[in-house]
Amino acid sequence: MAGVSTKEIKTRIRSMESTKQITKAMEMVAASKLRRAQNQVLCSRPYFEILYATMNDIVDSTRDFSSPYLTRRPVKKSVYVVIAGDRGLAGGYNSNILKLVAAETEGKDVLILPIGKKAADHFRARGAALLSEKYADAEDVGVGDCFTLAKWLCKGYLNGEYDEIKVAYTNFVSVLSQAPGILQLLPVLRKETGREGQIPSDILYEPDSTSVFDAIIPEYLGGVLYGALCESRASEQAARRTAMESATQNAEDMISDLSLKFNQARQAAITQEITEIVAGS
Amino acid sequence: MTLFPLKVVTPDGLLYDDTAEELIVRTTTGDLGILAGHINCVAPLGMGLATVVKEGKRRYAACIGGMVSVVNGTVTLVPTTFEWSDTIDVERADASEQRAKKVLSSRDASDAEVKLAEARLKRALVRKSAASYH
Repeated sequence: MAGVSTKEIKTRIRSMESTKQITKAMEMVAASKLRRAQNQVLCSRPYFEILYATMNDIVDSTRDFSSPYLTRRPVKKSVYVVIAGDRGLAGGYNSNILKLVAAETEGKDVLILPIGKKAADHFRARGAALLSEKYADAEDVGVGDCFTLAKWLCKGYLNGEYDEIKVAYTNFVSVLSQAPGILQLLPVLRKETGREGQIPSDILYEPDSTSVFDAIIPEYLGGVLYGALCESRASEQAARRTAMESATQNAEDMISDLSLKFNQARQAAITQEITEIVAGS
Repeated sequence: MTLFPLKVVTPDGLLYDDTAEELIVRTTTGDLGILAGHINCVAPLGMGLATVVKEGKRRYAACIGGMVSVVNGTVTLVPTTFEWSDTIDVERADASEQRAKKVLSSRDASDAEVKLAEARLKRALVRKSAASYH
């Protein structure tokens, strides 16, 4: 009786140990990938920030032109670019962003553009309308793809195929904390500063403000998409690292727990044997 | 000559954060030269050579897409790609040029493919010409 139990415990310990090895290895892989992704985020942040600041400067200081990118239309159809990971085992990374999108899009007429296998699978399984599955591999999407995608989205927006574009991504706050969020891309939100109709700005636009604006918008979108992608990638690795770290910790706890039980069972078996021998003699 | 602060930021990072005497970039409407004291201005960039002059020394780069802005004396160049002439991989540009030419010369390329190839050819040529300056 006791013999079977020790054997069972032994197999469980062994299987726990191999699980621990896997989670440990995944943690280390995620940690090294995280370092690279973090670097990328740091590199792309100034670009993103300056682009954003310049855009806002133009929008805020120039009231003497209108652009289709600025006019708000009644929203009939929205596009959501959803950036998630290619793989699971990253804690709540994928489910957090997908839940947020699900809550946000409920009851709306939306088109989804998934980036990342997990996002693509999720929306396909739910029968959501997908705009394109060209970018389903988050790992392979580069800067160039972001700009192509942005141009393409702008074209669809100008043709009236959809009236608003948003991107759902995970903001990389720190290694320990990542916040899923949704950012509106188009139409560009104009801050209501109450300066409507004031003096035109003293910025010289070459050749003119409208064409500068229309040329910059796709670039801006591409930059924002790339920035969001970098943030999401770093978040994914950070989430995976944390998840694997706690998995390894849990495995260790279980192993020590099981070892204790194993030793107790072994001791009990020995005691029983001795009692039997003593009783028998 | 009077110096002005210049920043070059691309998605790959901050490539230049220093002062300069002169900046020449190719905008969509032609070359634009910027000296210190330039009026506030914003212009989208085309594809072409960018020149940064500092202490009489000229540095060249292939600069594609994005925009340049001058705000209160600070010049910010925000291109999609920006490569200093000494870091350009000429072999890669050559290979890219050959590939693009092959697509353009074939009869059964679709419109989209032709467009992509044209853009690729243009980029390759810009890179090669920038690399020839030193």
